[in-house]
Amino acid sequence: MTGEAGAVKVEVVPILETNELTRRFGDLLAVDRVTLRVEAGQVFGLLGSNGAGKTTVIKMLTTLLAPTSGTATVAGFDVRKQAAKVRRVIGYVPQMISADGTLTGYENLLIFAKLYDIPRRERAARIADALTLMELTDAADRLVREYSGGMIRRLEIAQSMLHRPPVLFLDEPTVGLDPIARHSVWDRLMTLKADFNTTIFLTTHLMDEADALCHEIAILHRGRVAVSGSPAALKASVGRDDATMDDVFIRYAGTSVESGGTFQDVSRTRRTAQRVG
Amino acid sequence: MSRALDVPLSASVEDDSLVSAVRGFVYKTFVIAELEVRKLKHDPTELITRAVQPALWLLIFGEVFTRLRAIPTGGIPYLDFMAPGILAQSVLFVAIFYGIAVIWERDLGTIHKLFVSPTPRGALVLGKALSAGVRSLSQVAIVYTLALLLGVRVNWHPLALTGVTVAVFAGAGCFATLSLIIAAIVKTRERFMGIGQVLTMPLFFASNAIYPLAIMPPWLHVIARMNPLSYEVDALRALMIVGGTTTFGLVTDFALLTGTTAILVIAASYMYPRVVG
Repeated sequence: MTGEAGAVKVEVVPILETNELTRRFGDLLAVDRVTLRVEAGQVFGLLGSNGAGKTTVIKMLTTLLAPTSGTATVAGFDVRKQAAKVRRVIGYVPQMISADGTLTGYENLLIFAKLYDIPRRERAARIADALTLMELTDAADRLVREYSGGMIRRLEIAQSMLHRPPVLFLDEPTVGLDPIARHSVWDRLMTLKADFNTTIFLTTHLMDEADALCHEIAILHRGRVAVSGSPAALKASVGRDDATMDDVFIRYAGTSVESGGTFQDVSRTRRTAQRVG
Repeated sequence: MSRALDVPLSASVEDDSLVSAVRGFVYKTFVIAELEVRKLKHDPTELITRAVQPALWLLIFGEVFTRLRAIPTGGIPYLDFMAPGILAQSVLFVAIFYGIAVIWERDLGTIHKLFVSPTPRGALVLGKALSAGVRSLSQVAIVYTLALLLGVRVNWHPLALTGVTVAVFAGAGCFATLSLIIAAIVKTRERFMGIGQVLTMPLFFASNAIYPLAIMPPWLHVIARMNPLSYEVDALRALMIVGGTTTFGLVTDFALLTGTTAILVIAASYMYPRVVG
């Protein structure tokens, strides 16, 4: 951080911006007036307990779900009015296993290379690169249902990056992974960011993940942004020298027993964990 | 009145020309169908299990009713009369299964990424419809084999075979699309199972599949005339067997089948994305 004195007012254009983004499901206010700003090249973490509204925010930003009110833009395109354009500039790794287990790793990549209009002459090289980067070359012709959890996640990241999107969305990228697989996923993500200056928007409820990866964090509690800032600033705000991200989370996301998500959230997370584990 | 401006702006495709938009649509449709065909290639067991039902109908129901001679068939053996009806029925069952399959894929997480990709919604639907047609070709092979074994006089003229293929594709596409619409409305497997049962049996019995429209009471006759399956059966009956005749005329049959499919595809393009909502 530079001091305010010499700073010329340079307006950093955010690559992702939401303004009072809101989503209702019947009576339930899942996301309540969320306003976020993410600068290009950053890793942004959306934290919160199960059912805090993280996935709903991601679904709106990736055009899967229309906002009830408020606006959001990704790379300058409005998620509601310019959904088709937004889809061209984003990659998405859903929380659930999204690679097709009944196809090989190569076929999973091939279909998406075609869906993203990667020219035929570049296709083979692009897929080979992705397989190398994700260390999946040897497994390329095996059915994905024989992959380990870490391999599946890496394949999914490869799929979502084939078209080199400026913004990558990851919904709980390491849920259910053991520490080794988790670190291999983190390493790949950091390589991607370094190579392509990809902006990464991820959700997690793992505090060490947020601390290790994110430049900026927003903690969501019952659909609202409870607090946001850099991990260091948030830890400082707790007011203890040895404060960890866990302390930050407990302070801002509450400790009420009813947190922990709905039956559906929990069963979905467990199912994903079971399938990757 | 900025809203009025928004419409033409967001409607214009990046590659701007209508030709490239249409080409892109057709290409994506085939990619979605390719995805389905590749899955089938890895696990073709389903094709074999699907042979059981038409075999039971032809072997048991057909063999018994052909002795009865109670159903006016226009001078052909009852088994010959019924074979095209059973083909249409088995294609219907393959197609209706598509709704369950997408709910299953939604629960697994595999289709979210398709919706986030820049694939036109219509192409996602039409690709599924097309792959239902491909899948149904195995039903054609099965029913033709059974018909041959049972001594049904099959019309082997290449034009007749082409006509049968087109009718089967149209029928499969029609009911697969209907099935996607139902999946988008009911959203859960349990509810779909219920609806699927309630839907397939009336579609089958309120049609000319195993008895002619002429012997139906007037109210049922009216319903059968509104049932797309009747037109599929009518076309198949004229094309598949020696001495088969059409009641409505082939032009009417094909016009109504493709017309209904087109309307359903347009409706499904709007409805289908709701399955992930």
